[in-house]
Amino acid sequence: MQPARIHDHAVIGDGHSAALVSSAGSVDWLCWPRFDSPSLFAGLLDTEVGGAFSLRTVEPARVTRWYLRDTNVLQTRFETDSGALVVTDLMPIHEARMPGPWPERELLRCVACERGEVMLEVLYAPRPDYGRAKPLVKQEGRLGWRLEQGGWLYTLRADFPLGPAPDGGVRGRGLLRAGQRAHFSLTATDDGPAVLPPLGHFAWERVERTVAAWRRWAARCRYAGPYRDAVVRSALALKLLSFGPSGAVVAAATTSLPEVLGGEANWDYRYCWVRDASFTARAFYGLGYEAEAESFVSWLLGATWLTQPRMNVLYDVYGRRRLGEAPLPHLEGYAGSRPVRVGNAAATQLQLDSYGEVIDAASQVARRGGALGRDELRMLVRLGEFITMKWDAPDEGIWESRTGRRAHTFSRLSCWMALERLLELHGRGVLRGIRRPTERFLEVRERLREELRTRAWNRWLRSYVRVLDGDEVDADLLLMAWYGFEDARSERMRGTHRRIVERLGARDGLLFRNEDDRREGEGAFGVCGFWSVGFLAKQGGEGLEVAEALFRRQLAYANDVGLYAEEISPETGEARGNFPQALTHVGLIAAALELEAARPWFDAGAWA
Amino acid sequence: MSGLLRWVVWGLVSTVVLTGLLTGSQRLRLTRLNLPFLLGMLVTEDRDRAKLYGFGLHLVAGLAMAGLYAAVFSVWGRATWWLGGLLGVVHAGAVLLLLFPVLPALHPRMASESQGPTEVRQLEPPGLLGLHYGARTPVVVLVIHVVFGVLLGSISL
Repeated sequence: MQPARIHDHAVIGDGHSAALVSSAGSVDWLCWPRFDSPSLFAGLLDTEVGGAFSLRTVEPARVTRWYLRDTNVLQTRFETDSGALVVTDLMPIHEARMPGPWPERELLRCVACERGEVMLEVLYAPRPDYGRAKPLVKQEGRLGWRLEQGGWLYTLRADFPLGPAPDGGVRGRGLLRAGQRAHFSLTATDDGPAVLPPLGHFAWERVERTVAAWRRWAARCRYAGPYRDAVVRSALALKLLSFGPSGAVVAAATTSLPEVLGGEANWDYRYCWVRDASFTARAFYGLGYEAEAESFVSWLLGATWLTQPRMNVLYDVYGRRRLGEAPLPHLEGYAGSRPVRVGNAAATQLQLDSYGEVIDAASQVARRGGALGRDELRMLVRLGEFITMKWDAPDEGIWESRTGRRAHTFSRLSCWMALERLLELHGRGVLRGIRRPTERFLEVRERLREELRTRAWNRWLRSYVRVLDGDEVDADLLLMAWYGFEDARSERMRGTHRRIVERLGARDGLLFRNEDDRREGEGAFGVCGFWSVGFLAKQGGEGLEVAEALFRRQLAYANDVGLYAEEISPETGEARGNFPQALTHVGLIAAALELEAARPWFDAGAWA
Repeated sequence: MSGLLRWVVWGLVSTVVLTGLLTGSQRLRLTRLNLPFLLGMLVTEDRDRAKLYGFGLHLVAGLAMAGLYAAVFSVWGRATWWLGGLLGVVHAGAVLLLLFPVLPALHPRMASESQGPTEVRQLEPPGLLGLHYGARTPVVVLVIHVVFGVLLGSISL
């Protein structure tokens, strides 16, 4: 049996973990208690072994779905010939001063029959530990259906007739008539006795509280430019991928969704990439979410503290190094894409660009008057000193190539940017009283500039190139303008953009990352298309019109609820890779902010 | 050290050790029994504050139980580690067989098996021998109370 397409999923979450819900009404992915915990449902990766929690109509139904405005609360409407029902899916948010105790985690599914009568079929098939644990679900009367595994208790409670299923799960079927409702609350705990929240109208109270909480958050968005709905959706997706207790932002909610169908490029993205730092901080700041930006940067500086001046490529949500990578051979993989992996061995790679991105993220805080402690500033200087020693080393680069180290242009650009930012902080007096090798920073910055201007420039191609003295391009070169190394209107950047579009362009302005991706049949890389929009917006003038048109075309590749995966298949427009992907949404936000900056907010009416 | 001071000091020490063992058992996934959390939920609905308040209440309850142990040792006219351990077995038996079954009736926020959760009663009941909190819960309860008794029996000489 084929799983629902990546594209056909929506995400819900509570700032600790996230679940993917298909348009067929099935929760196909859920890891508890954190994003990177073993899964309870992994039907997305194996429909037989992975497990799922499905609510569906027995009759064929026409499905439409949407998020309640400015929330991460999902509604799916199933319309059959005999009636219509709406399923509301969410993970309730718990806030301080909220009445009542609350469970550690809850997935709440509320069903309301709107019209006629509809036969609802329920299948609860939990498969803890990525499907490796035996699912022994026991009925405990009014306390619900209980599954104990590894010290965790998963409890399903429902006011709908359910009975045991032959494979260890729970199933039920019943007729709902107009006005009737049913509620399904799945909770998990390992920390003491479980809290079992009540159903009925109490469940709807939790829906209302969660809707209100998300709307309060969305209302803080200061963005007033074009396509605000898409920008707010991206902001909500980004917030949903943020781990509340630490401020970390995971790259995606899933592992091993393939970049090539049937291929082996299946990676675990449920961790936090240092690489994404400056993009994420700028996105949060740009939208007015200062607290989130500072919380993220604070996490970042804390996570990298123990290993500095060296940094890992990625950390877990608590800032711990996660070095191991293991296959799960018992899982078939999405569309047969094996292996399914947990953990990510890219953690130990050398990505010199990360250093610049951390320093840029921290400098965002300083630019906006945020506080950086003296220890943090000393750490930034130590990172700068590390760069002055390592800047000319080959590395795996921003895309974490596993084919060996090379002299990546983007890594040099990022090192240049790191020193530029440190010198800027010095110029602003932020580093006053902290010992720093300013002369050395100046010297290496100039050497980097010289090297980028000479060896990273291919005069035959009239373009900057992916590696020094090379003849291939990479979409990351567009960021030379973003980081201020080149003016977007310069002849060199125009030439580079032309060459990138010529060699990496797919339909509708989508871009591959580099020529390897095109050869290997990967999808176009979501964020790269948005970088192109941002680049054109920076050019202003005619570029602005092109940027607007390009942005509109990129927006059309979101799925029906406004979400993006890592990649987009140029042939089908379908999502590829892990989902939803923070970096793609960060790219959308960055592009929108560039457009907003290029055209004053009071023209906003023109965007409608 | 006076008898009163010994009781206070070693009562607290034994209770802290008991709490530590219980927490360790939770971390080892042996049980979900969390006595401080259960006690704290008597006074607050906030699960984070419940653990803090519950820890204080647990210390007081441990002190009271240590006083009971001391009284029994006094009646017996002697205290040894094994007598303490024996009292610990009785103590664990009382928790498992007497306290746990009636807890839903005593605890204002605990659901019962017959009624299920309600708006105000949402806490999972322990069930027979505390088995709802994990199959190894009775063993954990027995072991930690025996350790509690052995400690008090050893130092109450």
